[in-house]
Amino acid sequence: MKHSFEDHVATIAATQETPAGPAAPRRMTLNMGPQHPSTHGVLRIVIELEGETIKKAEPDIGFLHTGIEKQCEAINWAQVVTLTDRVDYLSNLANNLVYALTVEKLLQLEIPPKAQWLRVMLVELDRLNSHLVWLGTHALDIGAMSMFFYCFREREDVLRIKEMFSGQRMMTSYIRPGGVALEPPRGWEKVLGKFIRGFPSKVDEYENLLDSNPIWKIRTQGVGFISIEDMLDLGVTGPMLRAAGIPLDVRKTEPYSSYEKFNFTVPTRTENDVYARYRVRLEEMRQSASIIVQAMEGMPEGPYQADAPHVVLPDREKMKTQMEALIYHFKIVTEGFRVPAGEAYQAVESPRGEIAYYIVSDGTSKPYRVHMRTPSFANLMALPPLLEGTLIADSIASLGSMDFVLGDTDR
Amino acid sequence: MSDFTHPAILETKLALGETTLIAEPAQIVDLCRHFKDNEKFVRLSSITAVDWHPAEPRFEVVYHLHSIEPIRRVRVKCSVSGTNPEIDSIFSVWRAADWYEREIFDLFGIGFRNHPNLVRILMPLDWEGHPLRKDYPIHGYKYGYAKE
Repeated sequence: MKHSFEDHVATIAATQETPAGPAAPRRMTLNMGPQHPSTHGVLRIVIELEGETIKKAEPDIGFLHTGIEKQCEAINWAQVVTLTDRVDYLSNLANNLVYALTVEKLLQLEIPPKAQWLRVMLVELDRLNSHLVWLGTHALDIGAMSMFFYCFREREDVLRIKEMFSGQRMMTSYIRPGGVALEPPRGWEKVLGKFIRGFPSKVDEYENLLDSNPIWKIRTQGVGFISIEDMLDLGVTGPMLRAAGIPLDVRKTEPYSSYEKFNFTVPTRTENDVYARYRVRLEEMRQSASIIVQAMEGMPEGPYQADAPHVVLPDREKMKTQMEALIYHFKIVTEGFRVPAGEAYQAVESPRGEIAYYIVSDGTSKPYRVHMRTPSFANLMALPPLLEGTLIADSIASLGSMDFVLGDTDR
Repeated sequence: MSDFTHPAILETKLALGETTLIAEPAQIVDLCRHFKDNEKFVRLSSITAVDWHPAEPRFEVVYHLHSIEPIRRVRVKCSVSGTNPEIDSIFSVWRAADWYEREIFDLFGIGFRNHPNLVRILMPLDWEGHPLRKDYPIHGYKYGYAKE
């Protein structure tokens, strides 16, 4: 059968007419990523569209998979700390902390109060760092460009303080099994105090800048709804869950590292949209600043490492005068410390949600198995219900409100 | 603490303040359904696996469950044989199992019966082998230094 040009035009016209009956509308498949700037890393999403409505969203991960869990099995317990830095590069101290706590649980080590206070203080500082990056890039995605500069101005201060403590801006490896790596530097109270006392007014500044912007409110309010049942079923944690009204925060429910001795609240909202997630994170920054001030003012005296010579490297000076210190140093450096056989699971509240390590030891100087339950991995599972049924223009706001880190997802 | 009763529970251990239940792999879906409906474990925190190569049964599939009200956690472990490793998927109980089971399938090569979409998730689709198995070399097969 021969088709004329007129037939062809008539066929196209027929498909473009509004169907009278319940005929299936035309679908378009759109590939987003893996190098799209608004996906915050290498995330690929395959979206099926009907007009501008997302009908199906399929996240595709694994582009940043570096086999960290496999590498952990090949190096000794102390060396793994450096790998945990690289899991979630925006909150590396939370990863250091959860690893240190799990190993200490296996070793049944008692950590001195000063180390615990230092840990809490620096992990909260890292929460500020992570939330500042989130706020800056999320506002940039939606179109509020100046937020990015303000947020990164404060983030620079946070990174300088981290460098002051550990010698590194991002991959600090500061929290280690047995305590913290180094004695806090001289004059840290002054630098941190100056930053943290001025910080709440900076948060007010962000709030003022965004909340008085009608475009920000239109783009975020009522956007990105996902039901509480879906979130619990899919394992979503962190600010996403708290913005729906569930005050689940491991710092409160299962306190670790002396969090029970600090006075703070878990901010929640009930709107369950992008705006609520922004408000929750903003309030969390204020709470974190308050925790840091409490930790600074109540910093206990004493050692910053546990009294466990078989785990903690000895003092350099002691090695010159004491034979035992030299022997322990030699053993720890050449062979690594041994951890009794067993298994432990420890959860910590990272800026993104519940981060938990499951560590199995077979009694040797290398971990037998390290599994990292990372919040971004679980939260990304909620992407299809979050995006499906919404407009494609809102997908950027919804994606950004999840605050995932692809290094954390793929490990 | 360890007051869980279910025919699938073979053994209960309490170590380092954590409850571990050894369960019958054939009844894992029943057990998880029981925990979710009757014991208020609304959340599945994670699923992972451990390879005990060359022991037999070779694999252990480890489930971490979390209850919000009251706050408590429990670990459920199932042994899976090394030859043709397979266990039932608990996707029908918690949808969170979806990616965790795909991850275990990808990195350990353990199959999950009745999983809706059991394909590799982290490694490329055409990857050979399962990297987290203990007999998989740390540098992989392709880029190993063994021949040099």
